[in-house]
Amino acid sequence: MNWITNYVRPRIGSIFARREVPENLWSKCEKCQTMLFHRELAENLNVCTNCGHHMAITPRARFAALFDGGVFTEVAVPEPIADPLQFRDSKKYTDRLKEARRTTDEREAMLVAEGEIGRTPIVAAGQDFSFMAGSMGMYVGNAIIAAAERAVALGRPLVLFSAAGGARMQEGILSLMQMPRTTVAVQMVKEAGLPYIVVLTHPTTGGVTASYAMLGDVQIAEPGALICFAGPRVIEQTIREKLPEEFQRAEYLLDHGMLDRVTHRKELRGELISILRMLLKQSPAVAADLPAPATPEPQGTPADGEAVADKG
Amino acid sequence: MTHYLDFEKSLADIEGKAEELRTMSRANPEAEVDKEAAALDRKASDMLRKLYDGLTPWQKCQVARHPERPHCRDYVDALFTDWTPLAGDRNFADDHAVMGGLARFRDAPVVVIGHEKGHDTKSRIERNFGMARPEGYRKAIRLMDLADRFGLPVVTLVDTPGAYPGKGAEERGQSEAIARSTEKCLALKVPMVAVVIGEGGSGGAVAFATANRVAMLEHSIYSVISPEGCASILWKDAEKMREAAEALRLTAQDLSRLGVIDRVIREPLGGAHRDAAAAIASVGDGIAAMLGELADQSPDSLRDNRRRKYLGIGAKGLAA
Ligand SMILES: [Zn+2]
Repeated sequence: MNWITNYVRPRIGSIFARREVPENLWSKCEKCQTMLFHRELAENLNVCTNCGHHMAITPRARFAALFDGGVFTEVAVPEPIADPLQFRDSKKYTDRLKEARRTTDEREAMLVAEGEIGRTPIVAAGQDFSFMAGSMGMYVGNAIIAAAERAVALGRPLVLFSAAGGARMQEGILSLMQMPRTTVAVQMVKEAGLPYIVVLTHPTTGGVTASYAMLGDVQIAEPGALICFAGPRVIEQTIREKLPEEFQRAEYLLDHGMLDRVTHRKELRGELISILRMLLKQSPAVAADLPAPATPEPQGTPADGEAVADKG
Repeated sequence: MTHYLDFEKSLADIEGKAEELRTMSRANPEAEVDKEAAALDRKASDMLRKLYDGLTPWQKCQVARHPERPHCRDYVDALFTDWTPLAGDRNFADDHAVMGGLARFRDAPVVVIGHEKGHDTKSRIERNFGMARPEGYRKAIRLMDLADRFGLPVVTLVDTPGAYPGKGAEERGQSEAIARSTEKCLALKVPMVAVVIGEGGSGGAVAFATANRVAMLEHSIYSVISPEGCASILWKDAEKMREAAEALRLTAQDLSRLGVIDRVIREPLGGAHRDAAAAIASVGDGIAAMLGELADQSPDSLRDNRRRKYLGIGAKGLAA
């Protein structure tokens, strides 16, 4: 029985988006204050080369480093009704969306792609904190459902990278309803006997943590990531005491039994390949830099650190 | 003594005056003020109708949080027989913010789960104001498993400001507990119905309200965040809660239009707190009707239809 089949029909193809980054840009590590050359930082997957602090990385940049040869195909996400509540605070929600689209060059806060990692075909979903704090609304829900459906259709594992300030308040109750919606998506992957791996990145909070981001077969977090339901400031206001710096950080959750592993971003790819291949009872991966697969993934010349998404 | 809300000031004046006249008449029957008192009563009831027909979203929040509004325990006492509370998450503790157990609803055995806020200072503290900790969700999961194993319908009564923003609750994994509870709701092969009787606060509500049929009392609310919280984040001013309540579309009427809930249950004139027995009876009829709608579904279709329902939510906006 597949009760999702006719709900979302995935299509291949989306708009090619790339971010313009000036070559001679320096950025400062927010942790150790070291000035880092942008190119060097990008090559190190936005991990500080001095102190190892994990900075934000867009799903597109992450996927370029994750997939074999940097090649992946975007999975289309059904577009939800725009501004379903006609929400307005100090700004109109539609204006906030436009602004986020302009600054990120992305459609919304989640990117879904299929491709191979270590010759292991997967579907991946990455949440984009730079797009309205990665907040979960109808689009993010649709993206996770599309990812799950694609994973089931292809018989592939689903790997999800979470990053969110929580729910998209401008979608009110409909953002809250993404908790059950995305849970159904996760159930579909699990009931098809496929692995669902969650990588929690900084920060993952609120309704996102309390739904799909906590339901993985294996739960991995990046070092230092803030992972919580109620944020530290809200708790401090409630209990009227200062919380320790390490509270609700990945390492703290690991200590409290809420995670399987905390893994450095540079080691994540290898670890995902290894875990997935064991869960799928496949032979160990070949330890080498693999070129992009010839078929059936689309062609494209992966440029330095650039994502290649097929248009079609 | 009636607790009046800020928008009920003039109503309080009239009802106070009527009461005064009646007291006077009892002390001195020759005063002949009964007629005057009756006129004031009529005026008060007209005013009440007008007020409650036109409640703003923020006023509905106030009514939903009214200290005299009937709570989970009142519903359990009045609507169920053979009530047998079952305690504990078998792991750490029993969460008193969550009531759960076996009971009979109109003779048929069911599992009941609900948030209880408490009715005075002592019980409010004991119940943590209806804010569950991880143990509450884990108790609910255990009881839902029990229901599933023996084919008993699950009835939930939702009334919570939200999950508890405490240190221990976070350390013991409330995110995971909420996620698992929602997951369990979506796995059940028995009928599940939920009624939001007061506040449906965020993830704490979703964990119990992911049901085949969801009803809300007329003046209850169900929201992703409290209006105060939303105001302080988006308006950078917690005092803008009226605007936030408006924008969030958190009323039973809006949620019904959005297709998020299936049924709105009428409250007595002036809100559930003015006639608790009548409100509770209406909720009882609502539960019976919803369970009746599900009676013919097979275990598999109960689960699949519940999942399909949630996947379909949001397909239409307010315009539809
Ligand atoms: Zn650094």
